[in-house]
Amino acid sequence: MAEFNALTALAGGLMIGIAAGAMLLLLGRIAGVSGMSAQALGLSRGATSRGIAAAFIIGLPLGATLPTMVIKAPAITVTTSVPLLIAGGLLVGFGTRLGNGCTSGHGVCGMARLSRRSIAATASFMAAGFVTVFVLRHLLEMPL
Amino acid sequence: MTVRMFVALAIGALFGAGLALSAMIDPARVLGFLDLAGRWDPTLAFVMGGALVPSFIAYRWLRAIDKPALADDFAVPETAPIDRRLIVGAVMFGVGWGLVGFCPGPALAALLIGGWPVLVFVAALVVGMIVHDRMWVRAA
Repeated sequence: MAEFNALTALAGGLMIGIAAGAMLLLLGRIAGVSGMSAQALGLSRGATSRGIAAAFIIGLPLGATLPTMVIKAPAITVTTSVPLLIAGGLLVGFGTRLGNGCTSGHGVCGMARLSRRSIAATASFMAAGFVTVFVLRHLLEMPL
Repeated sequence: MTVRMFVALAIGALFGAGLALSAMIDPARVLGFLDLAGRWDPTLAFVMGGALVPSFIAYRWLRAIDKPALADDFAVPETAPIDRRLIVGAVMFGVGWGLVGFCPGPALAALLIGGWPVLVFVAALVVGMIVHDRMWVRAA
């Protein structure tokens, strides 16, 4: 894996934050990917219209190809076995719906507006992520 | 396609480009951040920090304007108490995140360039959402 690059990390982060800010100031909505996904899928009738939610979601993979063309193909290394990949997807899907948000909605948007719920949620999923990786890599010694 | 939908598409594309540029669409890097006891990778902290600056400014700005430029109202959640649902959901999400290194944004952003494991994860993610919204919530 390539070395840590503070410049691309900060630049990419700024782009994400500007996108979240634009979603708020232009369209009046929270740029939460799990919530927008559910609305695009027609699962929940939230404040965002299905067309706007779907357009935002479709933009994500299209935009991700842009740095690939300008700089170089970003590495995507999935080392998780298929059963755990499926378990992880199910947990992320169910959990973000139950907890009303993910890294974008709670982490980037909710924390920026100093929502106590979002700060609590972000602390909880970060802690759960730290513990899960510790258990898998250091207690079970799985090559993750 | 309406102007609002085009703007939403462009915002999604900017978001996705940011995720790709910052390497957050690489689960190995996210797991490196979550691995405090291993060779810790600070990338995610820099990305989150970088994202919070413009996002914070935008949410301050919100107080000074009546309505968004292209919509009729702001849909920002009211302050609600921290309940068990929130914490249980966040913990389930965090466990799944730690198993794979993908959260919803990066997984969707990686759809076109990540190959079959991304498709498998996203399919399971959608099933998890459907199970929650269509079965769990209805049953409750």
